[in-house]
Formats: sequence, structure tokens, C-alpha cells
Amino acid sequence: MSQTSKISSVQKSVQPDIEDMRKMHVVVVGHVDHGKSTFVGRLLHETDSLPNGKLEQVRKNCAAEGMEFEYAFLLDALLEEQEQNITIDTTRIFFRTTKRAYAIIDAPGHKEFLKNMVTGAASASAALLLIDANEGVMDQSRRHAFLLSLLGVKQLVVLVNKMDLIKHDQSTYEKIKVEYTAFLKSLGLTAVHFIPIAAKHGENVVQRSDKMSWWKGPTVAEALDNFNHEDDLTGLPLRMPVSDIYRFDHRRIIAGRVEAGAIRPGDELIFQPGGRRSTVRTFEDWPGPSREVAGTGDSANFSLSEQIFVERGQVAAHPNQQPRVGREFRARIFWLGKEPLQPNKTYRLRLLTQNVEAVIAKIEKITDASSLESIEASTVPRDTICEVIVRATRPIAFDLHSECAITGRFALEDKGRINGGGIILDSISEKTSGEGKVTAAERTARAGHSPAVIWFTGLSGSGKSTIAELVERRLFDAGKKVFRVDGDDLRTALNRDLGFSATDRAESVRRASAVAGLFANAGHIALVTLIAPLAADRAKARAALANHAFIEVFVDAPLEVCESRDVKGLYAKARRGEIPEFTGISSPYEAPEAPEVHIRTDKLSTTQAVELVINALDKILQSKAEDWEV
Amino acid sequence: MSRNAQNDHLTRLEQTSIHIFREAFANFRSVCMPWSMGKDSNVLIWLARKAFCGKIPFPLLHIDTTYEFPEMYEFREKAKEIHGIDLIVRINEDAIRRGIGYATHDPVTVTHELKTVPLKAAIDEFKWDALVTGIRRDEDPTRAKERWFSPRSAEGVWDYKDQPPEFWGQFASTAPEGGHVRVQPLLEWTELDIWEYIRRENIPNPTLYFARNGKRFRSLGCHPITHPVDSPASNIDEVIEELKLTRVSERAGRAQDHVGRNSMQALRAKGFM
Repeated sequence: MSQTSKISSVQKSVQPDIEDMRKMHVVVVGHVDHGKSTFVGRLLHETDSLPNGKLEQVRKNCAAEGMEFEYAFLLDALLEEQEQNITIDTTRIFFRTTKRAYAIIDAPGHKEFLKNMVTGAASASAALLLIDANEGVMDQSRRHAFLLSLLGVKQLVVLVNKMDLIKHDQSTYEKIKVEYTAFLKSLGLTAVHFIPIAAKHGENVVQRSDKMSWWKGPTVAEALDNFNHEDDLTGLPLRMPVSDIYRFDHRRIIAGRVEAGAIRPGDELIFQPGGRRSTVRTFEDWPGPSREVAGTGDSANFSLSEQIFVERGQVAAHPNQQPRVGREFRARIFWLGKEPLQPNKTYRLRLLTQNVEAVIAKIEKITDASSLESIEASTVPRDTICEVIVRATRPIAFDLHSECAITGRFALEDKGRINGGGIILDSISEKTSGEGKVTAAERTARAGHSPAVIWFTGLSGSGKSTIAELVERRLFDAGKKVFRVDGDDLRTALNRDLGFSATDRAESVRRASAVAGLFANAGHIALVTLIAPLAADRAKARAALANHAFIEVFVDAPLEVCESRDVKGLYAKARRGEIPEFTGISSPYEAPEAPEVHIRTDKLSTTQAVELVINALDKILQSKAEDWEV
Repeated sequence: MSRNAQNDHLTRLEQTSIHIFREAFANFRSVCMPWSMGKDSNVLIWLARKAFCGKIPFPLLHIDTTYEFPEMYEFREKAKEIHGIDLIVRINEDAIRRGIGYATHDPVTVTHELKTVPLKAAIDEFKWDALVTGIRRDEDPTRAKERWFSPRSAEGVWDYKDQPPEFWGQFASTAPEGGHVRVQPLLEWTELDIWEYIRRENIPNPTLYFARNGKRFRSLGCHPITHPVDSPASNIDEVIEELKLTRVSERAGRAQDHVGRNSMQALRAKGFM
């Protein structure tokens, strides 16, 4: 190797100024031997995209071996060099026209075909599909189009290749065009053009062919330049999945990429699922000044005028154009997993930044991706396509694929590995009728979570209600069924007849636990805020609620702190002797020995306290969900 | 009208990279960004600051081979200051004691011992489950196959024959048992994009990239095995004009890539960036 590589001596420009700097990804597909390699080789040559000396080298190699030179060899030589030992993957080949740069995605034909086609073609804005004029439409011509429709590649040009072999005959070309147009239509696809070409001779690739004067349409290069990037969804309803919430300094910043539509300061946003609304205050761009609008493809970061609970996974939309919210939908899925897709098994469903558990409730149809024939099976094998009912364990925000592709498709993950993807065909509204008694499982399914009782105990003024209210808000906004059973509220109605004697206190704890039990039976997360000073009473409550998830939260603040807060003026009264048997002053408080959550409100912020409770709840509900086989 | 992902090529690359940063930060427990102090690495810092509203919320790591150009050490201290970086520096002292060095060993061995080995040790020490790297698809054929999120086993091995599918913005966001995931926000950028973005955003970079006495560095590594190219380009504008004309590979001056036919692939499969 020379110590110094020459740069400035190279005369030929390979990166001329082009109009559109964005690289367009184009996938090239078609039946085996219909001329993909020859076409790509020819295209590279004619757009002057080959490395120096490559063409001459391959010509020389061919001559040395006594073989006729073919453009396909050129591609093979390039690929061999590019790939070294890495053969099993999508290959990218770059070329450019005067308009813009392109990356050709060559989906290899054989092994792991579907996985590679999906990875390659899912990022393509357009597809070129080759059909041999001599052989006509074959198996793979059909299956590739089917996959393109599934992956949402809408811009398609069909190249009717090897026109030289049929003497450039227009009627054969027309026959293929009619037949294949009808097939594409059945998939909901339309080809922009059917271009007659002879790739081997470069006819209608970049140069127009004088042997097909009947063809008035564009060359392949012209057709490519007429494609659009097709990802400008600025005109569609706003969809911005929340990536994260940043609190690096005093600001609280919502971060997420705008997948469709646009956001401006002053916009009212609704976050689904959950349905909380707030207004965009301003973008928070570094290093500034902050932008005035974030459109499709922009990674936005903004603060809200009113602080509401927002979490990763929620989708921000404008209130008049919201996504659907539901747990169940019909989908067409491609499956890439080594293990078959199984009904009633739990998978992770990932839709934009949403990540929830889901089961395949029903398999309606399985199709072989290669033959397009139906398969009879109870599970879905690798490399097949199926139509299924998907049921998530909690509500998600989505659109139908036909309405907004980007929010209408999802991936399925199993053991940390993405094993399939799908598009949403129909939403299924919640089941409204069943048979017999409504069961706890049905209520849990409707709520999307198991019920639970969270019992906040602690001195008066320790902060039980404050924390419980914030926890309730968080859960409510996250779409959970939740209700607070507050000691003070009970006292004015249900417990009107009770005083503060030990017996009456025991009775009040018993009644509170009974009420909480009813709410939990109804499918709610009940938040009880009651001093419940005696350990024995609390133990009885816990036992009475044994069939529900139960979390004891000890809201712990030293007596002097509670007394100094004295929100209700009760300590002052108790000190004056106006309240007999006041807990902490004239009546004992037995601190819990092993609460599930212990909050020192004099040491933690309310936000941290809420976090502790939510984490404990998540953990216990998670374990319940695992017990509960859907 | 201001620049956005739809009307401006560089903005689109920038906004996509920011999204990758945010997805990594949201998905992984503990993120680290190795920093070579080279141009791609410096662009990464800039993008991370944009992604996280000014301050990078995870540490950077410099694997010091002790063979950096002196200018690079100066640049390191300056850049640390400018960007407010939380920097961890690691050197494979043991290998240096054992006398591993360019004077006595081949570049592949030295690169492995002085870069890959201490990188693995740092990953074990800090238990990072995601590393943000500055690799680009256009740099090298093996990198052309890369994913945005690319899992590595506990041994640091890249299983390029069975990579996870990646589509519709869904990435492999779970690290393999004991391993980590490489997060690669610059995958779609080209060398030219990098320089045009550096010019647009005025991102600090070492001056070694600009010609002195008719030679400049196009890619920076250890000084014994990194060679300058003949070039009159002495400022960013001239570098950009030059890149529009070249057909010579960017890493042509990096000796460890060219020792054997598959040396880069062998290095990368064992954990090299």
C-alpha cells in the first residue's frame, strides 16, 4: 500500500451538484433470471457510478476466461468485493443521476428471504419490478408485489425486460401489462409505468431505444427521477409518539418525532391513550433560537402550558383528529420468528413508541409468502403471512393502515427479538355481550389491568391525601380505573355514627376495607387514605382483602413535622384538649413494621413519593398479569 | 421558511440521528458514548446535545491508545470544556507493560489490544448496555451492513450473519444477556454530509484535517499507522470541494484496514467499532 493516497489528481467528478441531496432508497425485485443483476449493472455503468477501472477489469477477466462479457458479472464482481464474507443480508448499491443520489436495495433471493426483504424494502420509497418479456408473469413476480403491498411501498414501476428477445414486439408487452395490472389491482397496487426495456443493451434504461419508437413514456432513469420521497406526511393529521420526558433542569420537556402532520406553539394537544390535554408553550431547541414549527420527520422537544401527566408511548394529536384507542384489531402479519407464532401466547406489541403485551386471539388465515397459497395450520410458521386478531392487554393508540400507514403498523417481539410485523386492517370494538355471570377476569380484561388496593396509613398531616391524589391522577391519565376511598369522606357519611374510641376506630377500618373491596371487585384500583393507627386493625383489613393485590403505604413524617403543617388545624385543637383521643397526641400510632412502600415525606419530594407508589403498583400488577393467562 | 426534515437534506439526517439518540436513551438502562475526537465523533456530541437540550445525560469514553497525535490531546481538553462533557479515559496499561506497540507488533494486534480490549474492560466495569458509535454505512463494506441498533454478545462479537430485522422505526432494543447494543446515529450520513454539517453548525474539530505543507488527514487514528493524503485543502470549504471530486476511499490512510483482505471484518467481528 502506498503511504500517500492521491486525491487531488482525480479529475472526474463523481459527486456533481445535484438538485436533491436526499438519497432515495429503491428496491429492485422480480422473478429469478428476469434480469435484475444485468439491469443494475447496466444502470450503474450508464449513470457513471462505477469505481474507476471496474468495467475494464471485468471485461479483461471475461476475455481471459473466454467468456462473453455480461453486465451481470459487473454486479457480481462489485458485490463479491463489497460483501467479503458477509453474504446473508440486504445489499446496498449507490448511484446517482443529475437529480439525486439513490441506494439500490437488492433483496437476495433465497435464504431468509422474507427477513431481508422486509429490512431492505421497508426503508424503500419506491420499487422496480422486472418481468421477463419472453417468460411473462411468474410466481415471484406475484409474491414480490404482494410483499410490497404489505410493506407499504406504493411507488412501483414495472420493467418489462428482454424486449430484444421478442423482437421488441408491442403486443406481447401489452399482454403482460394487462395481465399484471389486473393482479396488482387485486393487491391495491398500481404501477406508475410499465417500461419496455432491454437491460443487456441499455435500451430505455438511461438511453432511449430507437428500436421501440412506439414507447412514448420515460426511460427508467427518468421514471426514477419522477418518484417522490413519499414521506412528507405534513398534510396528514398530527401523530407524534412521545419518546421521553426530560427533566434535566427546571424545564419539563416532551420529546418525540413528528411522524405525520405538524406541531406549532399554541396548539392544543391530546395525549392518547389517556386523553389528557394541554397546550404547546414553546419549542425548547438547543442552541436556539427555537423553531416555530416541527413537521413530519422532525424530532420535536417542547414544553406545555399546563403540566399534565405524559408518558413514553402516548401519541400526541390534535383533539379534532385523534387516533383510535382500543385493545383489539384485525391485522395482516408477516412472521419471521424461528419459533412459530402461536395463538394465546403473550408477545410484546411495539407500535411507534408504544410497547404493550398482546396476544394473538385468533388466526384467521395463513398464506405462504412464496406461493400465496393458503396453509392449514394452528400456528404460523416462519416466512408466512397471516391474518389474525390481535388483543393487547391495555389500550393503545393507532390508526388503520389505510388511514395513516405510519400509525397503522406494528412489530411483534418475543424474548427481546423482533420476530414479525403487521398492518392494521380493522379495529374491533370491545365485546359488549357475553354469557352468564360477569366474571372478575372479564372485568380485568375490560379494564386492561388487575384491580388492587393501595392503603395509605400515617399520622394526620403526614401527606396521605396529597400523595394519593397525585397517584390517582397518574393512574387515571394512564387509562386505569381508579378511585380514592378517603377517610374524611367516609366519616361524613358512612361512618357518621363512629367516634374515635378504639372500638369505633376498628369499625371504621373494617368499613373502609369493605368499601375498598367493593371497588376492587368492580375492577378498580382503590386508594384508601385512613390513619388506621393500630397494627391489628390494619392486619385484619389486609386479610379481608387477601384476594386482591394489596399495597400498604406508610406515609411517614415525624409528629413535629405533621404538627407544624397542621393543614386542618386539628393538632392545635387536640393540644387544647378539644379533640379527645387524637392520634399522635392523646392516642397511639403503631407504625407499620413491613409496609410495601415506606415514604418519608419530610425527606422525599411528592414526585418521588408518587414514583415509589407507582413502581410498587406496576410490579404487583405485572406479576398478576403474568398469573392471569388470557 | 426555516429548515426542516422535509426541505433540507442535512436537517433530515440531523433530526433522524436525534431520534435515534432519544430512542436509545429511553430504551437502555445505561448508555455510554465512546469518543475518538475525530470529526464523526464530534458531530455525535453536537447531535447528542441537540437531542438532550444542551447537556449530554451520559458519560463519554476515550480509549487512549497512547498513540494519539499530540494535537488530539490538546483538542480533548478544549472540547471537554466547550461541551461540558463527563469524560472517562481508559488505557490498557497491562498491554503497554507487556510491550505491545506499533514498533514491535502488527496494526491488527495493536488495535485489538489497545482499543478493543480496554473497551471491553470498560463495558464490564461500568455495565453499559448501550454504546453510541459514529460509524457510517459509506465508510467500509462491512459497515454498510450495519443496523441502527446492533446487538453485541457478552464477548463483544457481532453476529453479522443473523442480524435482527429492522423496520418501521422498531429497533433491537434489548441487549443480549451480558452483552450490549451498538447504537449508530450516523449510519446514513456520508463523509461529505459530515463536513457540510460541521460547516453549517460550526462544530469544533482538530486542525489535523486541514492541509499543512500539501498534506492533510482525512481520517484520524493512531499516529504510527495513520497517513496523510496529498491535498491542498486547508479549510472546510476546500475540504468539501475536494470530497465532491474524490473517488479514493476515506479510510485508505488507515493501515489496520488493509493488512489482509478481510482485516476490517475480522476486527469488527471481535468488537472493534
